[in-house]
Amino acid sequence: MVEFFTTTGLGITLLTVGQILLLVVPLLVALAFLMYADRKIWAAVQMRRGPNIVGAFGLLQSFADFLKYILKEVVFPAGADRAVFLLAPMVSLVMALIAWAVIPFDDGWVLADLNVAVLYVMAISSLEVYGVIMGGWASNSKYPFLGSLRSAAQMISYEVSLGLIVIGIVISTGSLNFGAIVAAQDGNLGLLNWYWLPHFPMLILFFISALAETNRPPFDLPEAESELVAGYQVEYSSTPFLLFMIGELVAVVLMCALVALLFFGGWLSPIPGLPDGIWWMSIKILLVFFVFSMVKAITPRYRYDQLMRIGWKVFLPLSLGWVVLVSFAAKFELFGGAYARWMVGG
Amino acid sequence: MLASDLSILLPEIILAVFAMLGLITAVYTSKDGLAPVLVWLTVAVFVGVAAMIGLSGGPTQSAFGGMFIDDGFSRFAKVVILLSAAAILLVGQEFMVRDDLMRFEYPMLITLAAVGMMVMVSAGDLMTLYMGLELQSLSLYVVAALRRDSARSTEAGLKYFVLGALSSGLLLYGASLTYGFAGTTLFSGIFEAAEGGASLGLVFGLVFMIAGLAFKVSAAPFHMWTPDVYEGSPTPVTAFFATAPKVAAMGLFARLAHDAFGGVVGDWQQIVALLAVFSMFLGAIAAIGQTDIKRLMAYSSITHMGFALMGLAAGDEQGVSAMLIYMAIYVTMNIGTFAFILSMTRDGRHVTNISALNGLSSREPVKALALLVLMFSLAGVPPLVGFFGKYAVLVAAVNAGLNWLAILGVIASVIGAFYYIRIVYFMYFGEEREPLDPSGNRLAMVGLMTAAAIMLLGVFNLFGIDDLAMAAAATLVN
Amino acid sequence: MGVVDFTFYLFSLTTVLAGLFVVVARNPVHSVLWLILAFLSTAGLFVLIGAEFVAMLLIIVYVGAVAVLFLFVVMMLDVDFAELKAEMAKYVPLAGLIGVVILIQLSMAFGSWQFSEGFDGRLGNPTPALSEMHNTEALGAILYDRYFLLFQLAGLILLVAMIGAIVLTLRHRTDIKRQNVLAQMYRDPAKAMELKDVKPGQGL
Repeated sequence: MVEFFTTTGLGITLLTVGQILLLVVPLLVALAFLMYADRKIWAAVQMRRGPNIVGAFGLLQSFADFLKYILKEVVFPAGADRAVFLLAPMVSLVMALIAWAVIPFDDGWVLADLNVAVLYVMAISSLEVYGVIMGGWASNSKYPFLGSLRSAAQMISYEVSLGLIVIGIVISTGSLNFGAIVAAQDGNLGLLNWYWLPHFPMLILFFISALAETNRPPFDLPEAESELVAGYQVEYSSTPFLLFMIGELVAVVLMCALVALLFFGGWLSPIPGLPDGIWWMSIKILLVFFVFSMVKAITPRYRYDQLMRIGWKVFLPLSLGWVVLVSFAAKFELFGGAYARWMVGG
Repeated sequence: MLASDLSILLPEIILAVFAMLGLITAVYTSKDGLAPVLVWLTVAVFVGVAAMIGLSGGPTQSAFGGMFIDDGFSRFAKVVILLSAAAILLVGQEFMVRDDLMRFEYPMLITLAAVGMMVMVSAGDLMTLYMGLELQSLSLYVVAALRRDSARSTEAGLKYFVLGALSSGLLLYGASLTYGFAGTTLFSGIFEAAEGGASLGLVFGLVFMIAGLAFKVSAAPFHMWTPDVYEGSPTPVTAFFATAPKVAAMGLFARLAHDAFGGVVGDWQQIVALLAVFSMFLGAIAAIGQTDIKRLMAYSSITHMGFALMGLAAGDEQGVSAMLIYMAIYVTMNIGTFAFILSMTRDGRHVTNISALNGLSSREPVKALALLVLMFSLAGVPPLVGFFGKYAVLVAAVNAGLNWLAILGVIASVIGAFYYIRIVYFMYFGEEREPLDPSGNRLAMVGLMTAAAIMLLGVFNLFGIDDLAMAAAATLVN
Repeated sequence: MGVVDFTFYLFSLTTVLAGLFVVVARNPVHSVLWLILAFLSTAGLFVLIGAEFVAMLLIIVYVGAVAVLFLFVVMMLDVDFAELKAEMAKYVPLAGLIGVVILIQLSMAFGSWQFSEGFDGRLGNPTPALSEMHNTEALGAILYDRYFLLFQLAGLILLVAMIGAIVLTLRHRTDIKRQNVLAQMYRDPAKAMELKDVKPGQGL
């Protein structure tokens, strides 16, 4: 029986499909509650009650929304490029989901243990922009198109600094594999061993860039409701709109997972002695998500030129300079080898 | 290992770092206001580095596993490149200021182009060759379009870019074929692979690479871009195109021919000879009908490249040394002539039509005399220095058994003499209609007079340049 | 047919078909989208031969950057592609001729290459086998060690490209009001504002 799944072609395929389902289904269910949490936190900050009707404490609100979305009619704008119009939200969701293939939840708990996992995530997140551009273009309308251009420019700009920030961590670890990156953060000092301490400036930059990359507030200008109606999603309704929304949220949670893995030791326990495990990873993702929600609730929106300025003129030089500094620190093993972890861990 | 490799590349590193520092300084201070200072600084750095290279001496060294070669040949070429670039920067300075083209990027791009040229003449590997070539070409495409509000200048830049890209494509196609058949991109490896007769693939690769390089030296039939680019670019840039890059491209040509394919001279000798014949005749005949002096200089440079290629076609040490002598003399004459063209103004505006020279001798006899000397020298009239350059390549061709080539060369130079002498005729016997302004461009005048003086004084011993060229050629051909 | 074979044929077929559709698609935006599919399938093929670094680079550089630019250009430029194609149709015979000549040359060169002496020696791997060193490391070792000079020169070339783009396009306008971001951020409310206690009904 076991041999069937490890040796035959059909068995391996089935096994892989099973693993994918095992990852995607809990992720999507969790997403429903994260969405709910997001709204509750937002409401709490604004001293409202938030969703509270459907289910106990409104817990089933997201499912109600889900049903509502898929039961409505799909509206195609006149002159829209139907194929591309439908393709765009699918690309958006699929790209957000397949990035999870290389995210480990515990030691070895990963769908694809790639050597170039970090690069893979960068590659996939650079593809997410296509959903936006295609959606805006296929709508055959000015406002979505303008919104999609702004969105695309924003995503591309911040991808650059995200990539550079990650390079610092990769240099310290000497590997592009998430498992190795987490292993390099292991040590007997617990949470003081993690990368957030030596790479603290980059943690801040990474967090802000992640906000911008996922079009979250305070960088949600492309869909700024007050000015641009809803950016590239203006013409979308029903299920395609739902796909866009889920895709966006999956990307946000992915960024949370990246922060947890790159800076906060993934599944490692913060206190020496306690067992490591998937629960730590989950807790860390949730905590980072909480900060994402808080930022959404408490910051005013940026102006577009400010956003571009901070991306190209502040973050890019800073992260570039940091790469140079880290390279020196790693090469000459300064600060007790805090930047040269490939000796100990990876 | 890295440190010793880097020390061999020290001149290139100095220039590249200087370019970057200059850019950053100018960006963060007064931007274009700093440009004149940067020009002078660049000239100083060029001369300093040229002195450093010229005085370094020492045996042939190679860095990065043979990818970069520092020998007598490359040093000779580098000194010529740097000094001519410095001279052009100086004589062109006033023109750039007057036409409001003095941007701080201009001297920096010239510096980066110089780095590219130095890498070209030192290339010991097909990839180094390509990198140097692209660094140089890309900088030149930009400076050709520097006068970005003029349709002709941008057209010149675009034309240069498109045809340059095409020639790079040819070169790369040839290089990849060569790599496939030699199994290495190192010149020394290709030399070994070609020993005892090159295979069909190697010959194919060689032919494509020669075509690509012929584009860069603007040898006929790959010359079409030259007149338009020369005419459209700002004149100081044209002057630069006509000098240093030509030396670099010929140096690269010689290096490829001798370092990589030196064992199979017979395979490329005929092609190079043919290129030489085409260039000499096309340049000489097409120049006759020109009315714009910059276009005329374009065809003139095509002819001269033909003569330099004749030296290369000889395929031996004497040929290479003749080519080096020819290039050095050609560059000096061109600097002088372009210094004159740069000073041609009427009512404060630059003019380039030949008829503007009518009757110059009666107004400014000294200037006219200097240009006369340069024109006779370009035509190869004995006993001026230009004659010795032609003499050297002709002798090299005859000694290599290419009598037919030498005879054709003599015929071409007789035809070519016509249009140089026509300019002299206009100056001395032409009827003056609209006179040129008396020139206030002092640096250009210094350039013109110096070049003319060299043409006269060099008659005694060519300033010893023939011995240097001989020694340089000896390190390349062995 | 094993899983690997199946994947190979799947990716190759998509690459070829997508390439075909790039050319025949009527809408230029569709062409670019097909091109992206072709790139992605090619990246898949690279993964299959164990070159995962190159595959990721292909996606990041070509799909993530170059194709986005293409897409922007074809979406925003008002190019009449029908006219362009009609223009091109005139040159089809010539282009076809050149294509055929190059194809013949290539096949001749490749044929004589395969049967030339010392062929196996020239195929030698520049990098160690995958089992010894995975290819990110191997590429790094080659790029930063053996070809260090070329790498730096390539950097200089890119610098020149950047300078060129700026020199030829940047126009510093002097007739507009500019923002000084730092001055904006360091504005002191105490100096910029004056608070007055206005009595009701009296005004200032």
